[in-house]
Amino acid sequence: MKDFIIPDRDYGTPAAKSDVTVNLLVDGIAVSVPSGTSVMRAAAVAGISVPKLCATDHVSAFGSCRLCVVQIEGMRGTPASCTTPVAEGMVVHTQTDDIARIRKGVMELYISDHPLDCLTCAANGDCELQDMAGAVGLREVRYEPGANHFARRDAEGPNPEYRPKDQSNPYFTFDPAKCIVCSRCVRACEEVQGTFALTIEGRGFDSRVSAGMFSDSFLSSDCVSCGACVQVCPTATLIENKVIEIGTPEHIVKTTCAYCGVGCSFDAHMRGEEVVRMVPSKDGKANRGHSCVKGRFAWGYATHQDRQLNPMIREKITDPWQVVTWDQALDFAATRMRKAQADHGVDSVGVITSSRCTNEETYLVQKLARAVLGTNNTDTCARVCHSPTGYGLRTTFGTSAGTHDFDSVEETDLALVIGANPTDGHPVFASRLRKRLRQGAGLIVLDPREIDLLKTPHMGQGLHLPLRPGTNVAVLTSIAQVIVAEKLYDEEFIKTRCDWDEFLAYAEFLLDPRHSPEEVEKLSGVPADGIRAAARAYASAPRASIYYGLGVTEHSQGSTTVMSIANLAMMTGNIGVPGTGVNPLRGQNNVQGSCDMGSFPHEYPGYRHVSDKATRELYERVWGVPLSPEPGLRIPNMFDEALAGRFRGLYCQGEDIVQSDPDTRHVTSALSSMEIVIVQDLFLNETSNYAHVFLPGSSFLEKDGTFTNAERRINMVRRAMTPKNGFEDWQVTQMLANRMGANWTYTHPSEIMSEIALTTPSFAGVSYDLLDREGSVQWPCNEKAPLGTPLMHVDGFVRGKGHFIHTEYVATEERSGPRFPLLLTTGRILSQYNVGAQTRRTDNLVWHPEDILEIHPSDAENRGVRDGDLVRVASRSGETTLRALLTERVAPGVVYTTFHHPTTQANVVTTDNSDWATNCPEFKVTAVQVSPSNGPSEWQEEYGHHSEQSRRILPAAAE
Amino acid sequence: MTNSDDKLIRMAGQMADFFRSQPGAPAEAVAGHINAFWTPRMRQDFVRHLAEGAEADPIVRDAARFVRLPEQTPARA
Repeated sequence: MKDFIIPDRDYGTPAAKSDVTVNLLVDGIAVSVPSGTSVMRAAAVAGISVPKLCATDHVSAFGSCRLCVVQIEGMRGTPASCTTPVAEGMVVHTQTDDIARIRKGVMELYISDHPLDCLTCAANGDCELQDMAGAVGLREVRYEPGANHFARRDAEGPNPEYRPKDQSNPYFTFDPAKCIVCSRCVRACEEVQGTFALTIEGRGFDSRVSAGMFSDSFLSSDCVSCGACVQVCPTATLIENKVIEIGTPEHIVKTTCAYCGVGCSFDAHMRGEEVVRMVPSKDGKANRGHSCVKGRFAWGYATHQDRQLNPMIREKITDPWQVVTWDQALDFAATRMRKAQADHGVDSVGVITSSRCTNEETYLVQKLARAVLGTNNTDTCARVCHSPTGYGLRTTFGTSAGTHDFDSVEETDLALVIGANPTDGHPVFASRLRKRLRQGAGLIVLDPREIDLLKTPHMGQGLHLPLRPGTNVAVLTSIAQVIVAEKLYDEEFIKTRCDWDEFLAYAEFLLDPRHSPEEVEKLSGVPADGIRAAARAYASAPRASIYYGLGVTEHSQGSTTVMSIANLAMMTGNIGVPGTGVNPLRGQNNVQGSCDMGSFPHEYPGYRHVSDKATRELYERVWGVPLSPEPGLRIPNMFDEALAGRFRGLYCQGEDIVQSDPDTRHVTSALSSMEIVIVQDLFLNETSNYAHVFLPGSSFLEKDGTFTNAERRINMVRRAMTPKNGFEDWQVTQMLANRMGANWTYTHPSEIMSEIALTTPSFAGVSYDLLDREGSVQWPCNEKAPLGTPLMHVDGFVRGKGHFIHTEYVATEERSGPRFPLLLTTGRILSQYNVGAQTRRTDNLVWHPEDILEIHPSDAENRGVRDGDLVRVASRSGETTLRALLTERVAPGVVYTTFHHPTTQANVVTTDNSDWATNCPEFKVTAVQVSPSNGPSEWQEEYGHHSEQSRRILPAAAE
Repeated sequence: MTNSDDKLIRMAGQMADFFRSQPGAPAEAVAGHINAFWTPRMRQDFVRHLAEGAEADPIVRDAARFVRLPEQTPARA
């Protein structure tokens, strides 16, 4: 859907929420608005744009520019319409002689201190100051040249008031000469983003926007480069460098961000097929007009020179790549896959679908496995992140779905955040949560590290339970014990929505002294008082919500932890109403979708087991082939089978398993043992170092489809430019399938969605028409819920009665000991995304050029490690080297790093331990030793050499 | 005996650790989980490895007889 640019209507002040409606007249037009609405917004609703500069509906009214004055009958003077609330029967005039005179005077003052270089200004054509000068009819500026902020020099020499541009941020420029000090940027930083990096320093004529301290630049300040300030700036003071470079955009393509599981809606502002800027959509239901540095700015990878646009093949993984035609590459791939099956059996091959690709693409890849290859050997990278969520929530609630939408956070009274670092991993959600925390909601954080959320400015006291990695179940079970022992549970809810006897049995289990806070303190390091305080706060908050991340799932007891979370929500009745719930924060953009689409080896789309006869027969009918009733291999099982010589071929779309999966050595030896590895990606990634076929992929800007975010919201992805590689990813999969005899004839992803809707009850009502009309819908979307389901389990659990599961703590086998005395836990940071394939190819590198090891100063001192030293991190799996950062953010005995950079390969160190129920790897706990180092580890050198060799490319042979 | 066989026993042991504290019959629950999530070949290897005398938790050992092997009719089909 291409729209011509119609500036997103700005109502001047945010919408008010009220059940009371107020009626008034604006310029003779009757209008009804909720009580608490500003006169400015009421006028906008009536279709009248009151001139304004400091007001925007992104932030609350400020009343500083005095341009929006109006006259109201019965009121004295000329009140600012942005700060004046409506009243019943009000009669407002937005244009009178008095008002016109005042506005001209105001504009004249503004313009007297503004450069008049409009024709060459980057905001030319998109400048609110320019628009307002026009709107108020300003025709002359009577002031003589005098003191100002914009001229470099005055008659006497350099102008002491002039400040040069701040170009320290790679994505936008701050030009103080053009600033009108409306303070929109400062307020957006506070209210929308919640970082408080910007301020107005000085007073009167000396007032200036400043990032951090006087000595700071935008880059050195606390600024997280979310761009909210750029979005609200009415002039060219804060503006995207791309706009400076290219000019104003001419059309908009509405689409969805391809980074984290928040799934922000974006307007891609285009000029031709070139993206000028990405602007978060105000009508985006996940993000409500906000974004982070990745979504707004880090999309340059789509046109990066590293992108591979041609198919390539090679006999052996030690050969250089040979550029070939699509026909040659697909023939080579199909022949080898079929040969592997002929030699080693139908189940000797498999696929890995991508949580970064669209639902339609994922659906096709799993269909290729089941219907074309004839095996259920399909898995997805959700295996290594949220598979325990699926298992745990399905067991307790009856569906693996997260329970609430993101809007729900606006009504929560307390958020319990477990094993998640939202300000880095899910930044837009973090901003929405922080807004609620500033309004007074409570916060409890259960995490080994002191995450940034705990340092939210202007919130109350947050409670941090810094547990030892691997003890989630112990602490959560102990919290449950306190709730039961102190009778803080919601008896009515349990009796009506769950099984009371089952609860009593669980209560008996809980009351055993081994789950007491004192006992658990010994295991977890969390003070007993902290456990009690958390239990009381969570149970007594009227509406308490739980948000959790991979710090919950990526453990040997990941599934048990999810179930203990579900137990807490059930016993306190925190399910089914806004502001409560169990909300998994999904890692990648389409983790939810890839699971929904049947990527797992044991289930078809919509989470129906392959042994379920009715479902299998349905797919046999629609796909026209017999299907296997037996579960296939999960990713870790694929590697084990490969090493046993029984798994010989893999088609891997949009995943970099070598970098993202644990125990890299194990993964690379498994891949090295295979006959045919097909990688489909934008770049030659780490996995392609072990591949025989490379099929170039397309970026999210180059294709149509849908992503499903963490709140089950199905969002449209729309093609903004022609795929540089020639095909959208679903087309490549179709070509490969047809080489193997599939006869697929899809001509557009909407046809794939129709097939999904036809075969999957929870998607029965979904169509591209519906999505175009509604913007997005949350599944289940069917006859019972034609417009989707924002909240799950409102009147009863999906499975009927909620199910309490006993949650016994079992210590992981990965324990620190004399050889490996520290526990390594891993995570990610704001500016980089996952394996970094995308973000490392953007200017986000200025924030995070390499992975760093966080270590407590006392642990560092014991080992003779100083800040910035190169250190060796070794586990029983392997070793790597990286730089140390001394910080008290991690407790003694715990070290932390990210896995964004292939030169570090943090996963060389992680082990093959995994969750008992789902084989989700235990990324979050690895026993390690840290020691000073003077260079790369042996592995890094070997791998570096192989990587260099296996990325050689020979040009296409001459015809 | 391969490394992978040991891993299967270890994975089943983890399941036993979970189901041991649940009401009901833990061995059948472990086998049920294995039947739902493991491929026929993994199940075969698991049963064979136990039959060959691999060391394992009693629940795991007991679970073997409930594990469905490929020639048997699928339970839920």
